[in-house]
Formats: sequence, C-alpha cells, structure tokens
Amino acid sequence: MHTVVNEPVDKPVNKPLSRAWLRERSELGVSAILVGLGVLVLVDAIRIHTDFAQRGPVGPKAVPVVVGVGLIVVAALLARDVLRGGRGEAEGGEDIDLTEPADWRTVLLLCGAFLANAALIGVVGFPISGAILFWGAAYALGSRNYVRDPLIAAGLSVVTFVLFNNLLGVPLPGGPLVGMF
Amino acid sequence: MDSFNNLLEGFATALTPTHLALAALGVLLGTAIGVLPGIGPAMAVALLLPVTYGLEPTGAFIMFAGIYYGGMFGGSTTSILLNTPGESAAVVAAIDGNPMARKGRGAQALAAAAIGHFVGGIIGTTLLVLLAPTVAKFAVDIGAPDFFAIMVLAFIAVTSVLGASRVRGFASLLIGLTIGLVGLDEMTGQQRLTFGSLHLADGIDVVVVAVALFAVGESLWVAAHLRRKPAKPIPVGRPWLHKADLKRAWKPWLRGPMIGFPFGAVPAGGAEIPTFLSYVTEKRLSKHREEFGKGAIEGVAGPEATASASAAGTLVSMLTLGLPTTAVAAVMLAAFQQYGIQPGPLLFERESALVWGLIASLFIGLCLLLVLNLPLAPVWAKLLRIPRPYLYAGILFFASVGAYAVNADVFDLLVMFVIGVLGFVMRRYGLPVLPAIIGVILGPAAEQQMRRALQLSDGSLTGLFNTPFALVVYGIVVVLLSWPLIRRLIRKPAPPAEPSPQVERPKVDA
Repeated sequence: MHTVVNEPVDKPVNKPLSRAWLRERSELGVSAILVGLGVLVLVDAIRIHTDFAQRGPVGPKAVPVVVGVGLIVVAALLARDVLRGGRGEAEGGEDIDLTEPADWRTVLLLCGAFLANAALIGVVGFPISGAILFWGAAYALGSRNYVRDPLIAAGLSVVTFVLFNNLLGVPLPGGPLVGMF
Repeated sequence: MDSFNNLLEGFATALTPTHLALAALGVLLGTAIGVLPGIGPAMAVALLLPVTYGLEPTGAFIMFAGIYYGGMFGGSTTSILLNTPGESAAVVAAIDGNPMARKGRGAQALAAAAIGHFVGGIIGTTLLVLLAPTVAKFAVDIGAPDFFAIMVLAFIAVTSVLGASRVRGFASLLIGLTIGLVGLDEMTGQQRLTFGSLHLADGIDVVVVAVALFAVGESLWVAAHLRRKPAKPIPVGRPWLHKADLKRAWKPWLRGPMIGFPFGAVPAGGAEIPTFLSYVTEKRLSKHREEFGKGAIEGVAGPEATASASAAGTLVSMLTLGLPTTAVAAVMLAAFQQYGIQPGPLLFERESALVWGLIASLFIGLCLLLVLNLPLAPVWAKLLRIPRPYLYAGILFFASVGAYAVNADVFDLLVMFVIGVLGFVMRRYGLPVLPAIIGVILGPAAEQQMRRALQLSDGSLTGLFNTPFALVVYGIVVVLLSWPLIRRLIRKPAPPAEPSPQVERPKVDA
C-alpha cells in the first residue's frame, strides 16, 4: 500500500516540480483526497472490535477494508492517469462559462451565506436565517438591488416557513420573532 | 388479469379529490422546477422531497409521480428553448429542438416533445403494469447471492457504461460507498466511521447526500464559473402541430418507447444511450435526413418519447428489485426509505394499495401534464428568464430547508456543506455524481446481502456464485468490464496474443 501511495511523488523525478507543473496537474489533489479517505476507512476498520457480537463468518470489518483498499488503488490509478496526461473534464452547463478562471470570491461568499444559515437557524429561527441565506447568496452571485433583494428574501423565507410549518406539517424553528405573535 | 384489477383499485385510490389535487400540484411544481435552468429532474425531485414529508405515504407518492414526470418534461423545455440541456436525457432533444425554435418553430418543437412524452410515458407505464408483477413474482424466489450479483452489476454498469473515464467513475462510486458505511453496522451494531459522534451513528441520510451533491455542489460550481450574460431563451407561443408535422412525428413517438423502455428496465443506467439510439434510428429511417441537426421534428419526437418510456422502465427495477439505475430513481428510493418502505419483490404484496396508487397516478400525471402544459408553455418559457442570482440562491435556500427538515438538526446542514464541497470538487475534475449516489444507497444493502449469502455458505466464497442466476449476472459484469478489450479484439480481426496482465487492465483503467 505504501509504495502505491508514493508512486505519484516518485515519478516526476526529471520534471520540474514547479507551481505551474502542479497547477496543470491539480487533479492529483483528488488522488490525495482519495488516499486520505482510504486511510481513514482502513484505520477505522482496524479499530472495530470483532471479538463479540459477530454473527456469521463475515464481520463488520470486511467491507470497510475492501472499500479502503479500493480507494487507495483508484487513487493510484487516477494519479497514473493524470501523470500520463489524462484530465477529468470539468462539467459544463447552462449557466457555466468554463473559459473564465474560477471566481473564488463568489464561491467563498456563497459558502459564508450557507454557513450563516446553519449557525443562526437555532438562534434567530428560520424566517430570519433563511432570509439571510437567500439575500447573502444572491449578493454573492452578483445581485445588487438593495430594495428588491431583501424583500424577496424576507417574503420567500416567511412564506416557506408558513407553508412548511403550518400547512405541510414539516416543523421549522420559528425563533423569537414567531414567539412574539 | 390480476394486475388489471389492482390497477383499477389504484385508480380508485388516485382519483379521490385530495389525491388528484396532489397529483396536479406535483405536476405543476415538478414542471416549474424542472424548467428552471440548471435544475434537472433529479435535483427537482430531491429539492421537492421535503414538501411531501408531512403527507401520508400514498398521497406523498402520488404527488411524487407528478413531480417525476413534470421534472422530465420541464427539462426538455429548457433544452429546446435555451439549447443547454439541464439533464443528460434531454441532450439529444436539443440537437434538433433548438434549431426548430430558432427557425420560429419552437411551438411545434414543444408540442412534439410534450406529446412524445405523453405517448412514451403511457406506453412505458403500460409495459410497467404488465411486466412489474411478473418480475416481482420471479424476484421473490431469488436469494441473497442473486441480489448481491445484481447490485454488483448496477455498480459496474453506472461506472463503466456512462461517463468518459472509468477510473473517475470508480472513484465516485467508492466515495459513495464510504459515505454509505457511516453509522452503525446493521448486523452487529458496531460503529463505523462515526468518530464517536452520536449524530453520525444514525448514518448520513440519503436525502442529505443527494441534495448536497446535486444542489449544493451545483450551486458552488456555477458560482465559480457563472456566465455573466445568461443565454437568451427563445420566446414561444402556444404549442401546436401542423398536419404535416403530425404525419412525420407519429411513428417516432411510437418507435421511441420500444427503444427506451428496455434500456430503462435493465440496470445499465439512464436515458442517454436509448435517446441517442432513437435519434440515430429516426435519422436513418427519415425521408428528410438532410434536415437532421437543422430542425427535424422526428429528432425531437423520437428521443423525447424514448426518454419518457425509459423513465417508466427505470421504475420496473426500482419497484421490484429496489434497484435504482438513474439519479431520479435513486432519490425516489430514498423517498420510499423515508417512509420505512423498502422497495423490492415483496412491495407488490405488502404495499399493494400504495404501489398501484402510484402507478395509477403515473397515468393521471401524464394526462395532467399534457392538458396543463400545452397551454402553459409560454408561462414556463418565462421562467427561463429568472435572474441567475435568485435562481441559485433559491436552490441553496430550498436545499437547506430540505436537509434541515429531515431530522430538524443543524448537524445535517454541516454534513450537507461538506458533501456539497465534495460535489464541487467532483464537478471540477469530471467525477460523475451518479455512481456516488448509487453507492450511498445500494452500498449498505449490498453488504447485507453479501454477508447473508456468506452466512448461508458458512463463509465459503462459493456462496456468492452458487446460483445460475448469479453466474449469468457475473458473466454480464465481466463483459462490461472487459468491453474496451473486446471492442479492440473485434476491430482487429487477428489480435496478437495478449499477455494475461493486459486482460486485467480494463477493469479499472480507461
């Protein structure tokens, strides 16, 4: 297993390990993720106690071991493919322009809006945290209408809350605002 | 005529005012969400899942049937009017549908697609009625090794048949299997990959995974590469067809389902291949071959009927074997599991009323689609103009509602975020999403079947191969795995004697 993991590092001896070289082969990062995941699964599998409660010849360890080894093997094969010039094709789509470089600011702002909702939903309730999520996400994606955006966000959030909580019977946290009524 | 009686009872269930209203609501919601650019049927179904949480199972699935066909129909509208299909099944429809729309024949293209969907769906669902009970009866007798073999086939099929790169398909599948491992081992109660967290001990909900990979991953990916000037949709009037159009379209409508249904029913994954086959067939049979690619109505009618029938075919293996072969079917299976219902051979016996109610509402949903969507097409076309910031903000918003609603737990939102980032990385590096979803859903089930089979054989590995059925299925698996090699051998009549390591290679490479 160790030799396989090291393979992508060993191979490029005669090539410059420069930034540009790595950027061109950033897909090796996917291999790294897969190896990490594989090691995690294997370590966790070894940790499982099988001395009690096992029924049947195959215990709870077998499949994690297979999956863990599989992850590492696939990581190695993927690394080989990348080093031989293979590239995963980035997914296209209706609203996707692949000719432009990735816009990380937008992505980070969007992540922030999403996590803000997760952090606030228990504190201020869904109607407010949901509105923050929507407005924040719209802002991140380039919408700058300071009247319409928050109005849509608040409206959508309140309507969704009433629809799910009161009509569809799917409870969402109301927060202090709803408690006042 | 047992299934006929059951179907009548199903109609009795589905035609109550409440259920009819739910079906109509499902169709409208499904179409509206499906038309929205960037949202394919799988994401539409996953996002709308929480809407059904408060309903009783029968009502929920009747609504679901509407959402399912509505989402499929909506996808083709996007494809025709924007030339950028939101899902793989609608790719082919854009080849001729969009040129038709640009020539001012958008109304005809939409009509050909809508009626194609209707015809394909009706034929496909009829075949489902005829076939599913028989398959279920047969499947009752198959045992653990057979089930395991079928699931292995499903894993191999989604990774090898679809997508450009097998390594990347397998990587995605293994990621899904890993996520499926999280939680308590069903047989011994041992914790796996939980890291002592009580939240993780229950496992990661499939709905959370599906919404994360489809909706959150997609939104983040689009955010990174947002087209600042979205493509302009072509305005369109009320769909209708000339007599000449009808004359050219009716045969493709009827031929499509014959191609689509079998492909949907076998676990070879999705509508991509059959829609393409249908397109090629129609081109070959057409008297207007030169029009193909420039707006031939047959090129819309055939593939759309094929896609619709293939969706019905997918339901055969989903309902009778519990085996999802497309992303939409995978989400639907997750929905069944939400209600504690396990699709499989016994479903038709145990949940007869629900299944037949569901099948009946597929017919009703198709009729509603045709009646509602032909006049509403101009309204749907307006949805294509939605500002993109609102669209993707809305997707994230409803994804959060859905993930939170599963367990009313903030932890699920964090899990969704992490898996969403994973979905982003997968899109960036061309790892297909479908194998991961199939891995999450089928992984735990496959493990149970394998361990059960080995329990019966007392640990001997022959326990996995001791039925003729399993052997046949493994035969197909071997053919799929070695297909690149076989193709090479067929192309070269006199192949050089390959050393044995070469035979092993195509398994994971290419």
